[in-house]
Amino acid sequence: MRFVDEYRSRDSAQRLSQEIAALLGSRAYKMMEVCGGHTHTIYKHGVEDYLPEGLTLVHGPGCPVCVIPMGRIDDARFLAEQRDVILATFGDTLRVPGGRGSLLDAKARGARIRVVYSPLDALKVAREHPEKHVVFFALGFETTAPSTAATVLRAAREGVRNFSVFCNHVLIVPAVKALLDSPDLRLDGFIGPGHVSTVIGCKPYQFVPQQYGKPFVVAGFEPLDVLQAISMILRQLSQGRAEVENQYTRVVRWDGNPHALALIGEVMELRPHFEWRGLGFISHSALRLRDAYREYDAEKLFELPSLRVSDPKACQCGEVLKGVLRPWECKVFGTACTPETPIGTCMVSSEGACAAYYHYGRFQRRRADGARPL
Amino acid sequence: MCLAIPGKVIEIVDAGRQIVKAEVSGVRRNVSAELLGEAGQADCVRVGDWILIHAGFALARINEEEAAATTRLFQAMADAYADELMALRRSEIE
Ligand code: SF4
Repeated sequence: MRFVDEYRSRDSAQRLSQEIAALLGSRAYKMMEVCGGHTHTIYKHGVEDYLPEGLTLVHGPGCPVCVIPMGRIDDARFLAEQRDVILATFGDTLRVPGGRGSLLDAKARGARIRVVYSPLDALKVAREHPEKHVVFFALGFETTAPSTAATVLRAAREGVRNFSVFCNHVLIVPAVKALLDSPDLRLDGFIGPGHVSTVIGCKPYQFVPQQYGKPFVVAGFEPLDVLQAISMILRQLSQGRAEVENQYTRVVRWDGNPHALALIGEVMELRPHFEWRGLGFISHSALRLRDAYREYDAEKLFELPSLRVSDPKACQCGEVLKGVLRPWECKVFGTACTPETPIGTCMVSSEGACAAYYHYGRFQRRRADGARPL
Repeated sequence: MCLAIPGKVIEIVDAGRQIVKAEVSGVRRNVSAELLGEAGQADCVRVGDWILIHAGFALARINEEEAAATTRLFQAMADAYADELMALRRSEIE
């Protein structure tokens, strides 16, 4: 396991930490880690302990559970409450608060909700319950969308008729663009998502350096990956370059996974706009099923209420998702809002910034003298 | 949510439908290899390959060292990895 040790070793971390400090000098930069997986790594392993004072990490919106608006949760609940419907969903969605409570509340009141690991498991539930209609609550970024697309194709191929998808897949690029256009946020560079990029590759991020002049480095999920990505961004900044670079070449190819992209394109198309929790409506930022697959589209099969529900007043998730507020600065953080009783979505998933802070107790920045092991 | 975990392909279950059996930390489950390419394509998956698994699908092929590093990371992320492994255990893809 030498390789693992390399990716973990304190020495490398210290070396990268010194390199980062030297590259930063007396400047102050703000970088965003777009992906919730990185947020988790950063807090779990205390990556910030290795960063100089002038460098701020902003936690981005790359947690699909955190950005789903309350109205869509209510729609999912509505589906689960229909006669003869079973709602199949990933476990992460159960606690997300909707306007009418969470799916967990609905389940406690008798709604038929089945937690599944894969959309293919949802399809299997449909095959086993021919008398019921199974709706799969599909959500996730481009990492997950190909799985949903492949499952719809398989349902069509195998003639399964009592199965449909409530499609809430969102796209990372429009979200990054919305953040870049947001007037209250100034960022100097991006740590790009690793697993989304196994699907979409690195090319789609090129607009970030080209149109906005900011470095964008796709990174892996080891703590040292994140430190290395930060130093790559700083090197670009210090040399006056702005490019897309791939730190995660072990897994991510420049062109992504063309086969997975083709499956998405076959089954899904862009929605004109989609609401993101905390970020508002973003155009062309989500996917829906193409008309050719309307028999598998729960939005076509059921009259969904589709109400816009505004976030609770106390909730400041929008500010947290944009990095304007740090999680612990939210007034209800850790008091009214905890992972057990979340008010906002960032407290629900382990990839949400608030949940990450809550679990690892990093309410304050520590200094870069390696107080904790990576 | 975008968590993908490494597993080793130990059996080709159904070549036509591209279902393979993968082992992740001792848990063996079926996984779809459809996203890696057309069935029968030369670079499609083989026994002994390491794959990155997400929601019951192989997203990418990876090398063994990367697989080990990623597994270690997720084991360190105890909760998230345990959740993902629990979820995988529940899976019954055919
Ligand atoms: S503490 Fe709760 S309400 Fe406040 S930003 Fe975090 S998740 Fe949202």
